[in-house]
Amino acid sequence: MALLQISEPGHSAAPHQHRLAVGIDLGTTNSLVATVRSGMSVVLHDEEGRALLPSVVHYLPDSSVDVGFAAQAQQSRDPKNTIVSAKRFMGRSIHDIADLSHYPYRFIDAPGMLQLGTVAGDKSPVEISAEILRVLKARAEKSLGGELTGAVITVPAYFDDAQRQATKDAAKLAGLHVLRLLNEPTAAAVAYGLDNASEGVFVVYDLGGGTFDVSILRLSRGIFEVLATNGDSALGGDDFDRRVFCWILEQAKLPPLGPEDTRLLLTKAREAKEQLTEHAETRITCMLSGGELIDLTLTHDILTELTRHLVSKTLAPIRKSLRDAKIDIEDVKGVVMVGGATRMPQIQHAVADFFQQEPLTNLDPDKVVALGAAIQANVLAGNKSDDELLLLDVIPLSLGLETMGGLTEKIIPRNSPIPIARAQDFTTFKDGQTAMSIHVVQGERELVSDCRSLARFELRGIPPMAAGAARVRVTFQVDADGLLSVSAKEQNSGVEAHVEVKPAYGLNEDQISAMLQSGFSHAQDDKQARALREAQVEADRLLEAISAALAADGEALLSAEELQAITSQMDALRTSASGTDSKAVHNGIEALNHATEEFAARRMDASVRKALSGQKLDSLKL
Amino acid sequence: MFGVHQNHFELFGLPLGFAIDQEQLDQAYRRIQSEVHPDRFAAASPAERLRSMQWATHANEAYQTLRSPISRARYLLHLQGIDTQEETNTAMPAEFLMQQMEWREAIEESRHACDIDGLDQLLREIRHDTKALEAGLHAQLDLQQDYPQAAETVRKLRFLDKVQTEIEQVLEALEEST
Repeated sequence: MALLQISEPGHSAAPHQHRLAVGIDLGTTNSLVATVRSGMSVVLHDEEGRALLPSVVHYLPDSSVDVGFAAQAQQSRDPKNTIVSAKRFMGRSIHDIADLSHYPYRFIDAPGMLQLGTVAGDKSPVEISAEILRVLKARAEKSLGGELTGAVITVPAYFDDAQRQATKDAAKLAGLHVLRLLNEPTAAAVAYGLDNASEGVFVVYDLGGGTFDVSILRLSRGIFEVLATNGDSALGGDDFDRRVFCWILEQAKLPPLGPEDTRLLLTKAREAKEQLTEHAETRITCMLSGGELIDLTLTHDILTELTRHLVSKTLAPIRKSLRDAKIDIEDVKGVVMVGGATRMPQIQHAVADFFQQEPLTNLDPDKVVALGAAIQANVLAGNKSDDELLLLDVIPLSLGLETMGGLTEKIIPRNSPIPIARAQDFTTFKDGQTAMSIHVVQGERELVSDCRSLARFELRGIPPMAAGAARVRVTFQVDADGLLSVSAKEQNSGVEAHVEVKPAYGLNEDQISAMLQSGFSHAQDDKQARALREAQVEADRLLEAISAALAADGEALLSAEELQAITSQMDALRTSASGTDSKAVHNGIEALNHATEEFAARRMDASVRKALSGQKLDSLKL
Repeated sequence: MFGVHQNHFELFGLPLGFAIDQEQLDQAYRRIQSEVHPDRFAAASPAERLRSMQWATHANEAYQTLRSPISRARYLLHLQGIDTQEETNTAMPAEFLMQQMEWREAIEESRHACDIDGLDQLLREIRHDTKALEAGLHAQLDLQQDYPQAAETVRKLRFLDKVQTEIEQVLEALEEST
């Protein structure tokens, strides 16, 4: 039985069975939002009919912001307060950025993640990204006429845990319910593969504005299985612009420039690069703030020469991923090009040479990621009943922890399919040691100092024992978003500790909810009302999920008493959800969830039995 | 939790043994993930979502274990109650150790000479030896049930695996510098 849906005050009250879900490509240069409408994945446009939203945020002294084209128009005039390519700084500290002087910003060395000083205050890359997401959310809600159920947000496949967490935080800050973080090349493969009903091994070459990914996937009857992924999370179209910019400086013999002129010339460099996609040469003309006139001609051949090493830098990750996937070039059935930068002819030639075949370019490389994300969002929101699409993804970088001597012990190797859990036992170094410091790292290198530090936590209360006698089992669990949590338990005494691996610098839950609150007018008055409404939405969601599960399997898997126990908890929750006490609603949710644990387990086991039916069922003791 | 008494072979409906039908394993894995993957339960209750993550994690772990020959052999020995002692038992036939030293010298020489082709050749040679050892595992585990011998083969394969990783790392470093 379907529950009645009640829309948010101020929104259209038209009932709809179709849940509004979107896919968002939060790009370095441009961002997009797409949705599935009448079975077709489509990109949503702004009021002027534009699909791309430049990922640019301009901060004004009164703390208001411009996002997109309006912000982009300000970037030469007010470069310090106009943040472009914030994605490059997600989950990054100031020490991770190789060429700080290249940027016109005032960087602030905050613990963990850097911040950018603007007229509206210091902003973290998470907050800046949230501004972009907020605009896309508003665009989608306006276009679809209702509140969104959730969104799939794409991230570069090679993003590490800190960068993924930062992205998820940005979405939360923008008020989006994240259905899944999806790897960009996988999203592209979905849009591409479903469009072409492809089967076999495909390579996705994804060169975005600031990141490079390569993924190798096996497509088989709607299942997209990532075999390996690799990349460079600091290589993209921006770097090609930078090469042209440096060439302009050399040719025009310019002294070091101020931020305004730097931004102007970077824009000119980008335009010239784009021109050379279709023309053999282009003119670069502009007037700098000091009155110097720039007038240069850039040819395609010069551009190719200038960027040769950048193009070849993308080939090493391809070789690595092919090795990891144990795939030979001859096995590759097609190479999909993704990201605006792959329009450059020299890149298409290099890829064609490498794979000995012409790459596939029939979908718009700027839109394909958002289109794929929308398809996945539609499935996750529950709009699609037939189960033909399934994405099996991997973690891009090995996860491990620090052992004596600053060495990394890998717990989960790169390219492991997710979700995954691994446990390993460790012991104490000294007699009577009662605590153990656990340092979680990500990366391929042997020395901890060469890997990315994700989290540190301590396991305390180990009973004093001789060195080497304690047995501490450390368990890593990576969920389907590719996010890690770690727990440690001393086996003899049972003492344990657990961390969700949040970037140390990230915003904590309280800060996020404080920021969310401040985003609403009359925040203080509405705080309780909002908490109640959120609890009610959650209760509705749970009741709906359990009703559906009962309708499908209740009779087959539950006794009359068991069924009765669940339905009475459902009634109790309905009663509390119609009241005004959000705490009571939460308790009801908790109780109902608890009452259905056994049912959930039986349903899952029955599903597995079903999956294997046709095989020797008697050998299964589920 | 999920029938802990059930082993990975039973999970995928495969007969217990080192020789497996790879295609059958792949298909059973995909069928199970199609049912249990968290993407199938995005709108389900928290209890079902948790159960789904546990099941999908379990299926991935089981699939990874059976897919690779060395971990499949290790797992079969584990089911027989035999520890392969890969960390503790480093006693190896002299001939095998000599071979190891020769390979390591060859890697060093190729590294200094930036000889990518030489390393590729060496990698092929070791892969060939790996295949031969794996074929031996089939005989030792499935036909002769000679578990101590199989455990030694697993230890040898572990050595070979390490050498291959080393070569791949040198190759990556050389490729990046060119």
